Amino acid sequence: MPYRIEVQDLNVYFGESHILKDINININNNMVTALIGPSGCGKSTFIRTLNRMNDSISTFKKDGSVLLDEDDIYESKVDVVELRKKVGMVFQKPNPFPKSIFDNVAYGLRIHGENDKDVLANKVEESLRAAALWDEVKDKLEMSALGLSGGQQQRLCIARTIAVEPEVILMDEPCSALDPISTTKIEDLIHKLKNDYTIIIVTHNMQQATRVSKYTAFFLNGEIVESGLTDKLFIEPEDKRTEDYITGRFG
Amino acid sequence: MNRIISPKISQKIMKGVFWGSGILTILLLIMIIGYVLINGLPVINFEFLFTDPIDSGRAGGIFPMIVSTIYVTFVALVVAIPLGIGGAVYLAEYAGEGPIVKAIRFGSETLASIPSIVFGLFGYAFFVIYLGLGFCVLSGGLTLALMALPTIIRTSEVSIEAVPRSYTEGSLALGANKWQTIYEVVLPAAIPGIITGIILGMARAIEETAAILYTVGAALTVPVSIFDPARPLPLHLYTLATEGISMPNAYGTAAVLVILIMVITIVTNALVDRYIKKMMGR
Repeated sequence: MPYRIEVQDLNVYFGESHILKDINININNNMVTALIGPSGCGKSTFIRTLNRMNDSISTFKKDGSVLLDEDDIYESKVDVVELRKKVGMVFQKPNPFPKSIFDNVAYGLRIHGENDKDVLANKVEESLRAAALWDEVKDKLEMSALGLSGGQQQRLCIARTIAVEPEVILMDEPCSALDPISTTKIEDLIHKLKNDYTIIIVTHNMQQATRVSKYTAFFLNGEIVESGLTDKLFIEPEDKRTEDYITGRFG
Repeated sequence: MNRIISPKISQKIMKGVFWGSGILTILLLIMIIGYVLINGLPVINFEFLFTDPIDSGRAGGIFPMIVSTIYVTFVALVVAIPLGIGGAVYLAEYAGEGPIVKAIRFGSETLASIPSIVFGLFGYAFFVIYLGLGFCVLSGGLTLALMALPTIIRTSEVSIEAVPRSYTEGSLALGANKWQTIYEVVLPAAIPGIITGIILGMARAIEETAAILYTVGAALTVPVSIFDPARPLPLHLYTLATEGISMPNAYGTAAVLVILIMVITIVTNALVDRYIKKMMGR
């Protein structure tokens, strides 16, 4: 089976600074890939390259290619709107819109032209169920999403992402602003979602990487030092720097 | 180290100073409003509010002036709100940072500090004479729109910029385009601030005398068309007082104006509060 995402010789610059250097990585379909590494090593920049969220930064430049299902997402014919429908994103800090719970989940559907009330209602319920939030919010769908707890807000953001039926979900440290119980819930959710979605998760928490991911890539100073099966990378890393990082000698 | 005043005492003194200035401000406000109301309220009755003035305002009511005020302010807002919000969206979301944007911003800030009489002269020269609109509701409304515009633009721009970047990113990441993001997420989140700007702009328009002195005319009857001359409350007040027509009626007019502004402010504040509570889920 071909890879869902293939990144070839990717270099990213913000103005003069060279943020990502010669990145080569293949992302498997319907599996969780974790990106680990110390702060400022380019993990977030990398993940934001995969749905072209860096485009809005005026100094952003890149060379190399990012293939999604064998098509380069940076080709001029690519519609960014379609790309972001296929590649959803969950952010570090839960960022529900200041709208009702229902409208948050329905948002993506509505902007893509779905206005049928029944379709929306079904889709919202389905997405909230998939994000393991339905039972907690089913009686207050008209309440503002900002009244939910942080963990609930993050699951709402996942529901919102799922609602537009992406193939890939990017998660940029989705648990870093959450308490341990909410973190567990999100991790359980990731386990559930990995059968249907290709998930790429940035995390600072190495235990989290071992718990949720099948593959792991270790970033350092804008390069991928090592990548491979999570079990192998954490037990017998090939590179000394990987070993130093996962044993907590730096970072 | 020897201190002249102990921290405890200096704390007390400063607390007193701040408390005092707070109280003084409120007292001044109460005094002014109280003075106007005490002198004006006895004049106000059903006849005063709902009939035409008689003998240039020596007797009769101020009904045409109330209508004129609402009418002229409405025209001003119809023009200034879309232009103001549009300008603010452009400045905050599209313009970026360049010499042109700096010039626009500088221009709009300068516009805000131009004396209203200058707006009045411009309105007279441009709307009344050059465009040939004559002395009418439209000329006055357009002049007031120009005056309210900088306030609305500035306040709206600030509140649009204050919308968290995370909302915008969340929307873009779901595949929304820029306009959808602005319309569906940014503007609704910025609305409380935008409304504050509109209220400030409207307050500037509703109480303005000099800017309409040369533009709306001085009719003593109810304006019907936007091309009819009118006489809003501040102008009537000014005429009654400066020409010594009737001081009691001048106070009555002032009281109506003050009450009108208070009612508008209180009602909009309550609506904005409710909107924010609903949005924030409290």
